[in-house]
Amino acid sequence: MKVLVAVKRVIDYNVKIRVKPDHTDVDLTNVKMAMNPFCEIAVEEAVRLKEKGVATEIVAVTVGPKTAQEQLRTALALGADRAIHVETDARVESLGVAKLLKGVVDEEQPDLVILGKQAIDTDNNQTGQMLAALTGMPQGTFASEVSIENGEVSVTREIDGGLQTVKLRLPAVVTSDLRLNEPRYAKLPDIMKAKKKPLETRTPETLGVSIAAPPTLLKVETPAERQGGVKVASVDELVDKLKNEAKVL
Amino acid sequence: MSILVLAEYHEGQLAAGTAHVVAAAQAIGGDIDILVAGDNVAGVAEAAARLDGVSRVRVADNAVYAHQLAEPTADLLVALADDYTHLLAAATTTGKNVLPRVAALKDVNQISEILAVDSPDTFKRPIYAGNAIATVRSEDSLKVITVRTTAFDAVGESGAAAIEAVDVVVDNALSTFVDETLAQNERPELGGARVVISGGRGMGNGENFKLLEGIADKLGAAIGASRAAVDAGFVPNDMQVGQTGKIVAPELYIAVGISGAIQHLAGMKDSRVIVAINKDDEAPIFQVADYGLVGDLFELLPELEQKL
Ligand SMILES: Cc1cc2nc3c(=O)[nH]c(=O)nc-3n(C[C@H](O)[C@H](O)[C@H](O)COP(=O)(O)OP(=O)(O)OC[C@H]3O[C@@H](n4cnc5c(N)ncnc54)[C@H](O)[C@@H]3O)c2cc1C
Repeated sequence: MKVLVAVKRVIDYNVKIRVKPDHTDVDLTNVKMAMNPFCEIAVEEAVRLKEKGVATEIVAVTVGPKTAQEQLRTALALGADRAIHVETDARVESLGVAKLLKGVVDEEQPDLVILGKQAIDTDNNQTGQMLAALTGMPQGTFASEVSIENGEVSVTREIDGGLQTVKLRLPAVVTSDLRLNEPRYAKLPDIMKAKKKPLETRTPETLGVSIAAPPTLLKVETPAERQGGVKVASVDELVDKLKNEAKVL
Repeated sequence: MSILVLAEYHEGQLAAGTAHVVAAAQAIGGDIDILVAGDNVAGVAEAAARLDGVSRVRVADNAVYAHQLAEPTADLLVALADDYTHLLAAATTTGKNVLPRVAALKDVNQISEILAVDSPDTFKRPIYAGNAIATVRSEDSLKVITVRTTAFDAVGESGAAAIEAVDVVVDNALSTFVDETLAQNERPELGGARVVISGGRGMGNGENFKLLEGIADKLGAAIGASRAAVDAGFVPNDMQVGQTGKIVAPELYIAVGISGAIQHLAGMKDSRVIVAINKDDEAPIFQVADYGLVGDLFELLPELEQKL
């Protein structure tokens, strides 16, 4: 079974972001970038499927500028067999990415596509669902457990009220939630080996996909900072303040 | 303009969030319809018809729509979409599952989790875990939008909209429902509670969450948790507050044994009053807390319960 896993280069989740003074966007110059944490979980799941003998080949794919190849190398170090870079410098968002990924799905014909449920930059939570729609595949979003049996994938989903399990016909799209697995760290020898694994490049043109224009970004602002308050010395003082100052009790 | 709101329900009850989505629809302006899709959902449709500002409730009552699976629900919305300029749903796990699929099938963008309506095509939404707010304009003829329910006050329930059956029946050979384990609890829903008390890794184990229960009982509070507490298996996933869990904005939020990572703050920093209880006086949670109490939660919680 072939698994396609999509990864995104985003700001490292520990970095505190800055908005550009002209409010056109977030300032990403000289900021530490990394693989989106949900994508790490997606890669890990693919690798575990291969370790279990369920997956036979893992292809990692990303859409983005040249620098995004770093994240493909990370995926290769973690266990992907080869990688495809869809190179573009355009501002692409979920619909555009989903269309480009569909181009790759058409070429690669995977049995399963795994993506992170959301990227921590735009927080859209859309691409997997959109790819499923465009390819006519079923979708198992926000997965906390995945198992493959008899041409179907069973996905346990984290939903607001608890957990839901669905069975999907293959090929299918799965998006990972936080508790699907705990991703491993790449070991040095694997990082070295990853440099020699095949990495091919595509462009929107070679895939024959015209990128959908994302919504126009008019302005980016810093939200009103919350002012830290006071420390209280005792439970009595806390209860008093909540009653008489904040008036919430 | 004409807006279709996808109703959400759980175990035969209209979810509270739908009244907030209707409020967002009112901010956009125009005729508002609600779609109730499911199996045996007449009661949900009646509740939806009472929401103020709704002209019509359209009901697709068929076994294929049971459990609001994404594939048939999206196909149904696509079949109805041509009558509308906007499709809206709550930014819940249901809305987030279904609406992007609809948008892609209609070849339009989807705008996630709006906080404000600037005009019928321009919206504010959080990015980077709420550390920046983007103003975006949709250039699409059909706008497909999920709504952060805490950002819009619910509409009232004195309406009497017409209820009409929708006879579109799609088929679904792609996915089947297997089962659901839903948290049973008597407490208010996290997203709508007036008071929320959350525990983090500092709680030590699941058993210790009992220390929060007595306080929650006294305050009529919902109980939440940090990701660390959920990952450690102290409590189930539906209690997670944060960037990737639930977004809450209660009158009072009490964070206990939670350090205050940005991903947690993303889910609660719009609360009116924040209290933090933590033994580390430098924990980042104190930077957003209106009232901070430094000390051992195992001593402070029983005392707090007793003094409330
Ligand atoms: C992609 C991504 C998404 C994430 N999404 C979320 C999310 O949605 N929600 C979320 O919460 N996190 C999320 N996180 C995780 C987040 O980064 C933090 O790891 C997490 O919030 C930490 O939880 P915590 O504060 O309970 O644990 P810790 O950071 O370990 O803090 C525990 C705190 O308890 C205090 N403490 C310990 N013992 C006591 C005691 N006896 N009395 C008083 N205080 C005590 C300590 O001083 C400490 O401050 C996400 C992370 C990533 C990478």
